[in-house]
Amino acid sequence: MNAHMPYILCLILFCIGIYAVLSKRNIIKIILGVVIAEYAVNLFLILVAYKAGGRAAIFSTTEHIAPQSMVDPLPHALVLTSIVIGLATTAFMIALAIRLYGKYGTFDITRMRELRG
Amino acid sequence: MSKEHEHGMSLIVKTVTRLTVGLIFLYGIYIILHGHLTPGGGFAGGVIIALSFINLDLAFGGKVSAGIFSKESTGVVEALGALMFLALALIGLQYGGFFDNFLHPDGEPGGLVSAGIIPLENIAISLKVGAGLFGIFLTLIVLQKFESESKQ
Amino acid sequence: MIELYVLLGLMIAGAIIAIEVRNLLSAVVAVGIVGLGLSIIFLLLKAPDVAITQIVVEIAAVILLIRATLHRDIATKPCSSRPFGGFMAVLFLGLAVVAGILTFDGGLNPFGEPLMTVSEFYPLNAVAGTGATNVVTSVILDYRAYDTLGEATVLFTAVVGVLTVMRSRGRTKEEDLQENHE
Repeated sequence: MNAHMPYILCLILFCIGIYAVLSKRNIIKIILGVVIAEYAVNLFLILVAYKAGGRAAIFSTTEHIAPQSMVDPLPHALVLTSIVIGLATTAFMIALAIRLYGKYGTFDITRMRELRG
Repeated sequence: MSKEHEHGMSLIVKTVTRLTVGLIFLYGIYIILHGHLTPGGGFAGGVIIALSFINLDLAFGGKVSAGIFSKESTGVVEALGALMFLALALIGLQYGGFFDNFLHPDGEPGGLVSAGIIPLENIAISLKVGAGLFGIFLTLIVLQKFESESKQ
Repeated sequence: MIELYVLLGLMIAGAIIAIEVRNLLSAVVAVGIVGLGLSIIFLLLKAPDVAITQIVVEIAAVILLIRATLHRDIATKPCSSRPFGGFMAVLFLGLAVVAGILTFDGGLNPFGEPLMTVSEFYPLNAVAGTGATNVVTSVILDYRAYDTLGEATVLFTAVVGVLTVMRSRGRTKEEDLQENHE
């Protein structure tokens, strides 16, 4: 098996999300596609940080843990902020979708184009 | 049936919520205060606290949780969290730089009082994240529902 | 690491179901499957902080999506995708996957061997430098606190944006005119 197999599966997940954004008509489906792509990016960063046989990056007062055996803590910190930002942007997209539904009465983006003007 | 049961979900959901929502709130506070020792921190704890309010809202109908924590007060609490975070960063300027950990050698590593300003920053971030998320929830869901009810 | 592959397969299946199913409620629940599988994967990859945050954020996102959009009466007639655009999207994304595989073979360390040149500093010095036993917290709140400040700014902007978009009534033309006269 290829040594990069988890990365490849993660890339496939990202492409599924992008496919939804490119080809779906329903706004809710587009939001779900953005959410899935965002999950794939977070997963990729955490996969890069993993060290085989490593431990979580937390010291203990009762047990000595060697710092060299820890997984990489820096991508964890970046992903932690990225997840919360993702929730905020999802909420903003939902607000825009609700407003569009109130104006046009539909979630179909092609019919919103027809009604313009 | 009293008037209380006209809004929200069934009696079973309300009873279970009444028993568990305090524990969820307490767990959020635990996660925040132990953020520098164990997994968790301000982000996760703030979202858990917001979820306990959302749980109240979903079980009892919108008026209960909006009465405890109105939209205006979420804005005030969120601004307080942001100001507290910035103030901690600015006090650090006196001691050597922006975000300088000026309280640092204040306890044994591993104790609840340790790590300088990191627990205070965790509290500030949890206020900001929790109040911001609950404000978004109130705006998107509860107030929308009132609006659509008053139109009918 | 066979459980990692099982969970990744589950996530891909959940994503495909979420994209292709007609019922929107089923789609949102399938995205919930993707998020929960992601949380368990974070736990397997020794990232407990991120796992806790992911699971609570996932719950909040699913609640928001369901309650904010799906309680309205939506016409349930099928919402087809555009056939030509869909075909082109599949073609280009397939090319992207092939290019990604080639790039991974050329420049990325194998899975399980991270490049620690920058970040081996943090586990070695975090306890002495900040006093926090959780290294991830010491990174986000001490070494890289500017990152957290930027995150707080983005969150504030998103909240302001939601409040602005969702306000119940705007200003009318008469009010604007009146204010100008004053």
